[in-house]
Amino acid sequence: MAQIRKDKERETPALSTSSLPDIIFMFLFFFMAVTTMKEVTFKVRVTAPFASEVQKLDNKSLTRYVYVGKPMEQYKKLFGSETRIQLGDVFADISELENFIVSERSAMKETDQNLMTVSIKADKDTKMGIVNDIKQSLRRAYALKIVYTANKTVVNN
Amino acid sequence: MGKKRKTSEINSSSMADIAFLLLIFFLVTTSMSTSTGLSRRLPQPLPPDMKIPPVDVNKRNIFVVKINSQNQLLVQGQEMSVKELRAKAKEFIQNEANDPSLPVKTMVNIPLLGNIEITKEHVISLQNDVDTQYQAYIEVQNELVAAYNELRNEISKQKFGKNFADLDKDQSKAVQDVYPQKISEAEPKNYGGVKNGTN
Repeated sequence: MAQIRKDKERETPALSTSSLPDIIFMFLFFFMAVTTMKEVTFKVRVTAPFASEVQKLDNKSLTRYVYVGKPMEQYKKLFGSETRIQLGDVFADISELENFIVSERSAMKETDQNLMTVSIKADKDTKMGIVNDIKQSLRRAYALKIVYTANKTVVNN
Repeated sequence: MGKKRKTSEINSSSMADIAFLLLIFFLVTTSMSTSTGLSRRLPQPLPPDMKIPPVDVNKRNIFVVKINSQNQLLVQGQEMSVKELRAKAKEFIQNEANDPSLPVKTMVNIPLLGNIEITKEHVISLQNDVDTQYQAYIEVQNELVAAYNELRNEISKQKFGKNFADLDKDQSKAVQDVYPQKISEAEPKNYGGVKNGTN
């Protein structure tokens, strides 16, 4: 045991990799737990308005989003700088909204169809005219449960 | 054999600690994206050939809030700031003194609470202009919801000694029956955009 080392050529020890799988798995689980799937790539800029009485939305799988805002810089050339609607990943016209909702709903399970919620994510500087139009077409599509997305403010009473 | 000797492996038992530290660090720093918002229920659509039905609600039962294009408020015919709206709305919904200019009170039997006088038929009518800013609209909606929430909290505290959010299912149902949320968004006038009732 207690030998005096004389040998000139020594091997560097192999790095132990036995714990590597554990680490990787842990990262995997961590990201699985934390990541919420990005709904879409935003093509319009949305800064949600602020409100103090907001509720958390449950059942994300039953929620469909309508984004309303001004196009991002890179789309301004093509789509102008007026307020636009984005459905899914693409710009859409207000007339397409009704069909979008209907087809999204028919893709759901039958038991879930009447639980569908439409979340209106509109920029805070949006004019109400376009929001009114959206509400009207949602009514026509019988998507009556809506949510106005808003961020929570701290109220000082 | 004698010349080549393996040195002992690096002790990797602390690796787990390091990894846990990282995990905890990320857990603390990551803010999960949760979406929050104000829930609303839209009224049923009108059949395409039907005209907007005449309003059959008694005048005293309606609380009119108008927002103009300059984001100014007109509440029951008088100008008001958003901050005053909550108190005014609460006064209207509650009608504590049974004021004849405020909504009619009816005696209703509600499970758990017994007979109670509520303003069953009140309606808050929210009207906005095309050019109203969305933020202003949300602020008004928020104040109205806040008025309801405060009233519900008050009665929950009084009857059950808890906040509305902490009530059980039957209790919160009873409280909701006392103060049903009735915020009606008026049929928009035809602004020349998408026409109401087409399609």
